Amino acid sequence: MELDSKVYADVLVLSPAGRIDHTNCDRFLDAIQPQLERCTASGPRLVFDLGRLEYVSSAGLRCFLIAAKQVKPLGGTVVVAAMRPVVKEIFEISRFNLVFPIFDTVRAAVAQVSPGALSALDAG
Amino acid sequence: MRVRFWGTRGSLPTALTSGDVRRKLVRALQGAIGRGLDSDAKIDAYLDRELDFSTSQTFGGNSSCVELIPGGDEFVVCDMGSGARAFGNHVLATAGATPPLINVFMSHVHWDHIMGFPFFMPAYTTGARIRIHGCHPTLERAFRLQQSAPVFPVDFGRLSAAIEFVHLTPDTWYDIAGLRVRPMLQNHSGDSYGYRFEHDGKSVVYSTDSEHKLDDPAETAAFTAFFRDADLVIFDAMYSLLDAISVKEDWGHSSNVVGVELAQLARVKHLCLFHHEPAFDDEQLESILKETIRLEQLTRTDHTVEVSAAWDGREIDL
Repeated sequence: MELDSKVYADVLVLSPAGRIDHTNCDRFLDAIQPQLERCTASGPRLVFDLGRLEYVSSAGLRCFLIAAKQVKPLGGTVVVAAMRPVVKEIFEISRFNLVFPIFDTVRAAVAQVSPGALSALDAG
Repeated sequence: MRVRFWGTRGSLPTALTSGDVRRKLVRALQGAIGRGLDSDAKIDAYLDRELDFSTSQTFGGNSSCVELIPGGDEFVVCDMGSGARAFGNHVLATAGATPPLINVFMSHVHWDHIMGFPFFMPAYTTGARIRIHGCHPTLERAFRLQQSAPVFPVDFGRLSAAIEFVHLTPDTWYDIAGLRVRPMLQNHSGDSYGYRFEHDGKSVVYSTDSEHKLDDPAETAAFTAFFRDADLVIFDAMYSLLDAISVKEDWGHSSNVVGVELAQLARVKHLCLFHHEPAFDDEQLESILKETIRLEQLTRTDHTVEVSAAWDGREIDL
C-alpha cells in the first residue's frame, strides 16, 4: 500500500494504491492521521482518490470510517472518487456508500467540494 | 454428516405477516400468467425453477436451533432458540416415547437462544435424557430462571426428563456423541462460544453471536485457525459491515463481509449466513445473500468459498 497526497488550493487529495487489508490497515491509518487533523471546517476539503486502490477489506473500510468520524464532526468535508468497479461494489455491499458522497472522477469531486480549486487541479 | 436448521433468525422470532404472504402470492401469480400451469408437475417446476426463493419460500422466523446428525444414536443440537419446539416434536416423532440422549451445545444464554426450551417436549417426557453442554457458569441458572414465576407457569423443577448440565472448557477437545468438539470464546456481551465439530473427516463450525473487532490481528488469526479448512461455517451475519462497526458496534454481531473474509482466509468450503436480522423480510435477506455471493466472486483468489444462507427447515449434507 502506497499513499500519495496532493494539494489543489483548498482541496487535499489522498491517493492510496494497492490493497488495504488487515495486514496493513494500521500503516494506512497512521499515514492519513496527520492529514485528517487538518481537515476541519476552516481546513482543506478531503478527497480520497481511489483510482489506484485495487482492494479494500473490512479492516481497510474501517479506516475510511474513522476518517469520516474524525473529519465530519469538526465541520470538515470528506468524499471519495474514481473508485475502480471492484472497490465500488465492495463499498456498496458494505453500505459505505451511505457514509461517503461518491464521485466518478477526482475532478467531479473537486468541482463539488470546492469549485474554486478546479483551476489548480487542471493546472496540475 | 447432516446439518438441519430448525431456527435461523437472530434476536427475536419473526413471523410472516399476511401482507408478506399476499405479496408472494401476487408475484407468483403474475409470473404464472400465460404459462399454462395445468398440472402439479408444471406447478412444481414453475415454483422450483422460475421463482426467487423469497417468492416461493421463506427464510423462516424461529430463533437459533441447529441440529447436527453425525449418524450415531444420540441427538446433537446447538442452542435452544424457538426452533427447539419443532426440533423437540421431531425427536419424539422419530425416536419414540423414550428418545436417546439429547446433547445440547449452548453458544450462550441470551433469551433468543434459550426461549425454545420451555416448549421442548422431550423435557416434559419421563425417560428422556437431556445433557446441556456449555462454557458459561450461569448456564443452569439461566435455564431455571426463565422457567420460574412470574414469567412461566411450569417451573424447571417440574420437568420430567433427566436433565444435566455439563461445563466445558474453551479451547479443549471433547469426544461427545461420536463427535470431536472444541469450544472457542467469542466477543459478545456476557461472552459467547463457537463450536467446531469434527466427524469422519468432515468439520462444521457453529459461530453465532460473535462480533469481530477489525483492529485486532490476533483475533483474526485465532478465528482463521478455528475455521481452518472447515466444510461448513455457520456464521452470524446479522448486520451490514457499516452497521456492525458504527451504530451497532458492541452489539455483539458480525456481517456478511467479515464472514466472507474469514472464510477466504481459512479456506472454508461453505459459508452459511445465519442469525438473520429480524427487521429484514425475505426479499431483503435474499438480496443480502446475492450481494454476499457477489462479494466472494469479486474478492476470490485461488480458493472458492460456496456462500449460502440458512433457512428454517434447510438441510445440508457434508
